[in-house]
Amino acid sequence: MPLYLFWIFAALMLVFGAAAVLNRNPVASALSLVVSLLNLAVLFFSLDAYFIGVIQILVYAGAVMVLFLFIIMLLDLKAEQRRRISLPVVLGGAAILAAFVAQLVTVLHRFPAGDKPFPALTPGLNDAHNIGMMLFSNYNLPFQVIGVLILVASIGVVVLSKRELN
Amino acid sequence: MVTLNNYLLVSGLLFAIGFAGVLLRRNIIIIFMALELMLNAANLSLVAFARFYTVTDATQKVLPNYNGQMLVFFIIAVAAAEVAVGLAIIVALYRARQTTNVEDLNTLKF
Repeated sequence: MPLYLFWIFAALMLVFGAAAVLNRNPVASALSLVVSLLNLAVLFFSLDAYFIGVIQILVYAGAVMVLFLFIIMLLDLKAEQRRRISLPVVLGGAAILAAFVAQLVTVLHRFPAGDKPFPALTPGLNDAHNIGMMLFSNYNLPFQVIGVLILVASIGVVVLSKRELN
Repeated sequence: MVTLNNYLLVSGLLFAIGFAGVLLRRNIIIIFMALELMLNAANLSLVAFARFYTVTDATQKVLPNYNGQMLVFFIIAVAAAEVAVGLAIIVALYRARQTTNVEDLNTLKF
């Protein structure tokens, strides 16, 4: 992927992620998050992770964000009114974030492999086939555990959504 | 030419945005969305590392390291289950208290 395309999609992802965090209206916030996650899927495609990118679009931008929008509209949330922000919280948060970004830049600056280009792959990558083989051989047990986890989660959601807990 | 550092920097910035959201916002649903952003930032760096450290299979093909991508697959599956349970808890909370503002939910506050 050319560098300018990478920066376009990365910038779109970061800008819409920031919009999702900063927007006062929850519906606009959720829709910004959808755009951000779609751009993240494009970055996955640029890393030759086609299956993961498609899963990202289907599960995150599709199912998860529809669930978020559904709950936001079900609860009928209004845009937040402006509240008095406590200065210590903002200052502390900004200090932690600045320390985090400074540390990140320092670590990446000293990371020896970071400046090398990505090694070339053999053309004709059969991505979904390879992931399927891996999933049903090496990762068969975790795959079944995930199935049990999703079953438990769906039963849990049904129990939590009942009006009276007996 | 895109290097590994570009992806790691973008991933770190996305994580920072999500973290800022958790710290700054007062609406519990928006906090939950910011948590999702942080999970996705971790996914991006995992996929970037999986693409960088390639492996050679039995037929001498150069492939990305699929162990990293499998971890991302499982993270996405667990995150989907987590969102379902979390939103059910938020709905139950809203039914009990008629608010999603974390400053009004202070029963457990020490």
